[in-house]
Amino acid sequence: MSVATASPVEPGPISQIWQGFRTNRGAVAGLLLLTILCFVALFAGVLAPHSPIEQFREALLRPPIWQAGGSWEFPLGTDDLGRDMLSRLMIGARLSLIIGLVVVTLSLGFGIVLGLTAAFAGGVLDAAVMRLMDILLAFPSLLLAIVVVSILGPSLTNAMLAVAIVTLPAYTRLARAAALAELGRDYVTASRAAGAGPLRLMLLTVLPNCAAPLIVQATLGFSNAILEAAALGFLGMGAQPPTPEWGTLLADGRHYMERAWWIVTFPGLSILITVLAFNLMGDGLRDALDPKLKR
Amino acid sequence: MKWTHCTLAGLLVVATLWPHASIAKTLVYCSEGSPENFNPQLDLTGTSYDAEQPIYNNLVEFKLGTTEIIPGLAESWDISADGLIYTFHLRKGVKFHKNHLFTPTRDFNADDVIFSFERQWKDTNPYHNVSGGTYYYFADMSFPKLLKSIEKLDDYTVQFTLTEPQAPFLSDLGMNFTSILSAEYADVLMKQGKPELIDQDPIGTGPFEFVQYQKDALIRYKKFPDFWGPKAKLDGLVFAITKDPSVRLAKLQAGECQVSSYPTPADLPAIKADPKLQLLDQPGLNIGYLAFNTLKKPFDDKRVRLAVTMAIDKQAILAAVYQGAGQPAKNLIPPTVLGFNDAIQDYPHDVAAAKKLLAEAGLPDGFETDLWAMPVQRPYNPDARRVAELIQADLAAIGVKAHIVTYEWGEYIKRVNLGEPMLAENGWTGDNGDPDNFYTELLSCAAARIGGSNASKWCNKDFDALINRAARLTDPAARAELYRQAEVIQHDEQPIYLIAHSITYVPLLKTVKGYKMSPLSRHQFDDVDLE
Amino acid sequence: MLKLLLGRAALLVPTFFGVTLLSFALIHLVPGDPVAVRVGEHGVPPEQLAAMRHTLGIDQPLWKQFLDYEVQVLHGNLGTSIVSQDSVWHEFITLFPATLELALSAMLFATLIGLPLGVVAAVRRGSVLDYGLMGVSVAGASMPIFWWGLILILVFSEWLGWTPVSGRIAPNFYIDGGTGFYLIDALFYSDDPGTFRSVLSHLVLPTIVLGTIPLAVIARMTRSAMLEVLGEDYIRTARAKGLSEFRVVTVHALRNALIPVITVIGLQIGALLAGAILTETIFSWPGVGYWLVQSVDRRDYPVLQGGVLLVASLVMLVNLTVDLTYGLLDPRIRR
Repeated sequence: MSVATASPVEPGPISQIWQGFRTNRGAVAGLLLLTILCFVALFAGVLAPHSPIEQFREALLRPPIWQAGGSWEFPLGTDDLGRDMLSRLMIGARLSLIIGLVVVTLSLGFGIVLGLTAAFAGGVLDAAVMRLMDILLAFPSLLLAIVVVSILGPSLTNAMLAVAIVTLPAYTRLARAAALAELGRDYVTASRAAGAGPLRLMLLTVLPNCAAPLIVQATLGFSNAILEAAALGFLGMGAQPPTPEWGTLLADGRHYMERAWWIVTFPGLSILITVLAFNLMGDGLRDALDPKLKR
Repeated sequence: MKWTHCTLAGLLVVATLWPHASIAKTLVYCSEGSPENFNPQLDLTGTSYDAEQPIYNNLVEFKLGTTEIIPGLAESWDISADGLIYTFHLRKGVKFHKNHLFTPTRDFNADDVIFSFERQWKDTNPYHNVSGGTYYYFADMSFPKLLKSIEKLDDYTVQFTLTEPQAPFLSDLGMNFTSILSAEYADVLMKQGKPELIDQDPIGTGPFEFVQYQKDALIRYKKFPDFWGPKAKLDGLVFAITKDPSVRLAKLQAGECQVSSYPTPADLPAIKADPKLQLLDQPGLNIGYLAFNTLKKPFDDKRVRLAVTMAIDKQAILAAVYQGAGQPAKNLIPPTVLGFNDAIQDYPHDVAAAKKLLAEAGLPDGFETDLWAMPVQRPYNPDARRVAELIQADLAAIGVKAHIVTYEWGEYIKRVNLGEPMLAENGWTGDNGDPDNFYTELLSCAAARIGGSNASKWCNKDFDALINRAARLTDPAARAELYRQAEVIQHDEQPIYLIAHSITYVPLLKTVKGYKMSPLSRHQFDDVDLE
Repeated sequence: MLKLLLGRAALLVPTFFGVTLLSFALIHLVPGDPVAVRVGEHGVPPEQLAAMRHTLGIDQPLWKQFLDYEVQVLHGNLGTSIVSQDSVWHEFITLFPATLELALSAMLFATLIGLPLGVVAAVRRGSVLDYGLMGVSVAGASMPIFWWGLILILVFSEWLGWTPVSGRIAPNFYIDGGTGFYLIDALFYSDDPGTFRSVLSHLVLPTIVLGTIPLAVIARMTRSAMLEVLGEDYIRTARAKGLSEFRVVTVHALRNALIPVITVIGLQIGALLAGAILTETIFSWPGVGYWLVQSVDRRDYPVLQGGVLLVASLVMLVNLTVDLTYGLLDPRIRR
């Protein structure tokens, strides 16, 4: 997982950022992909040709439309219990976006609180928070997630919680580093002299200026969350069948890899494309927001 | 460097025999997991037993492919008239293996038998606490209570005295936990200060010697040329540990292994269709069932239990969940076990009759109940959750609202044994092939205590008397008759709803000859040959 | 320099303690205990269950178990596996070479291909080649490696039959003893030249799978570091002096661009140990990752605690080394 460097950003108009973003073709492509994805996720209920959990007993392991035996009824084929792949993938898209949203909100939220508090409080509290983050980081992330899910029981919610815990340290460190960089600046000293209290200082003055690296990290965090949750689903510790989360689809379909390649290929491709889109966007945002790389 | 020395010879060998580098006849078995260690006294899983089977022998053995007792390291035995004293006459000229730590100076004798039992039994034995000191099976089969004494009468005679007659005792002696270890090896290791190696670097009397264990990857054995019985036909044996069933199948089809284990039901049609493969099957030594808690209303009423029985569509469960890897159960015991009552007619799937019975019992509008399902796959139940969903739907048809409950596996069993659920999925895998192992553990009055393994807490005096008597008799025909009568009572009273015995499959290449399936689900290679 | 080293080393101690505390707390929060897991449906009498728990020492109050464990660790004893009765250290030392061999070969793969890719992309900035290489890079960094592994197995092992399906070595090749690093052992501890080829062919797919993400990261990092360096004054001077482009790029630019790249390489090794879990699962690779996941399933407390401790220590050590190397290499920090 790549970590953005905390670099200072002049508070500039949104259009300036958008200009920088626009020139990066990859980023625009990413944005486009994501828009399509969000559309599919939002309207999956209407767009999907069938229910994702309905089993069509007469149509087990049907191949996708372009292979012999495929039909328009099931454009991307069916799985071993006769469920339509396309519908499952669409609902899976919705689930993946929810996963990204929940995980990022949780870890970003808590990360900001912890990081800013550590930066402002300094001293023992700062050291304690940083040690805690070091400890969390010392664990192999997937193993920590597995242990957390073992404690709470395998389910999509618990998988999201586990991933949020695992990604917390990155946001905390970022928020703290960015806040520390800002704290030495003149405008902060000026605000303080003007009598601003610490809470106001934190939220209204410093936070908006740390926004840039946090936004970039959050975008990349989306993709990371989807990957980690899918990994948990693949290991059987995430969403449980029949929930069509993409990682769980891979776990289900793994046994049919030889006979029915589509059960394994499409969920994986979906994950790849989604994560790619987020990464491209994140890169574009980073380039647009970081003046050092503007040439 | 050895390589430069042997290059020419090596290349010649390789050139003529690529890709198999070894000339010797070696069979590769794709096993489903790593053994816990190499001492069956300490282990509980079939995976470990499979890995230990080639190395060890017992006093008595099960005839390959059956649950029939035949002489092993004991050539013959006498049982006293009261069934309390078993005198074993040991085989002479039996040799132990040797390894880099140990070369035996004597043949197998009574000292080895005494050591193997006393290690598990007496905490005064210097080896009792080696490697943790927990001998699960020894405790579980109640041996500390059952054994009064074990005496060496002379170098080749050992006498066991029991505290009460126990017909299955001989079957227990065929179980893996009573394997015979080398007392001399134990002494040598103790002197070298490495006693725990007895459980990691095993020495036994079996047809194969242990060569090497690459943790989580491979176990290697080689033929023991001085084996007391018919020598192994294979020169070498390798267990390739492959946890994923689809990978096992892929390796079998690629010829990387010649025998595989535990295929998924979904792969069975592909295996049957493959001309290179053969598929052996046998009902597993297990039973999956649904326990009615007879201490809780309304399941204390036999009519309610019968109503639920007739409401459930057993065929649908077998088709959807077991997918061909299960056989509908009409007895507690599978058909391969002594005492199976084929005359019993299973209850039909009859929703109308079920509704009528419920009305008769005073519950025409149905009732509410919980329905417990275990979160893990068990040998007798591939997907308890799915089974619960199907049963839930069936019960709804007669007005019974069931909500599904689950707990983490250890927690689940604890609470089921404590009698918490009203309806709970459960099951059992037999330990020694004896019917007593099923009946007493699952339906006896003794096991109906809170915390005991009789999940329905059902205690029927007549039934209990029958199975207790059967446990003490030694004549198989007489025992069988008693068990058949007991089964009739169970069938009438329905304390549990019998679902299925799973079917164990072993896929192998057609070039493998002489493989026999064990009713105890062991994978044994003593008699196997490769063409 | 020494102050830096001591300062960082001192920080390791409380972190170390924290890691043991956290892993102890977490594993004991997982419901069920090893006795219940092993005993299964058997209605073992409660006295016997209690006796088993007592022998394993898991019936003591948690704080006491934790303190006993800490004391034990400080004496260098990481405990014994509840399942296999083998010492945790011995199990780790047996399995670790497999994971290390895989991680190192993945790192080598990632570096040998990623570095040149990044350099070429930077030099040919803006060209189709640049976009192409970076596109592939981003895709690589977005790859769900569990899926990537399955696809590679499907295509190369099952459809084409070029590579074996799983494991480290074919069963018919015998390695007697050795270091645990099969590439070395195959040359020195086996009489058969086929052994080396077997080990190599088993290593190919897992290396590619595990090395894909580091490859992408290294390529991108190299490219951006090179771009930064190539814009510096001294590069322009070198070009003005008439040095060949090749020399400018490789001798002058790359040397300075390598500094942040080496940092990334070092940090990736830590991430690799986590990625190894998935790779080992797919390829039945008998390493530490798979061992740790199994210990959670089986509630093998000593293995999980000891294993996590060892892995975490390793990661912390690697990070420390990377930081120090960075400090040594970057003249700006040294001053």
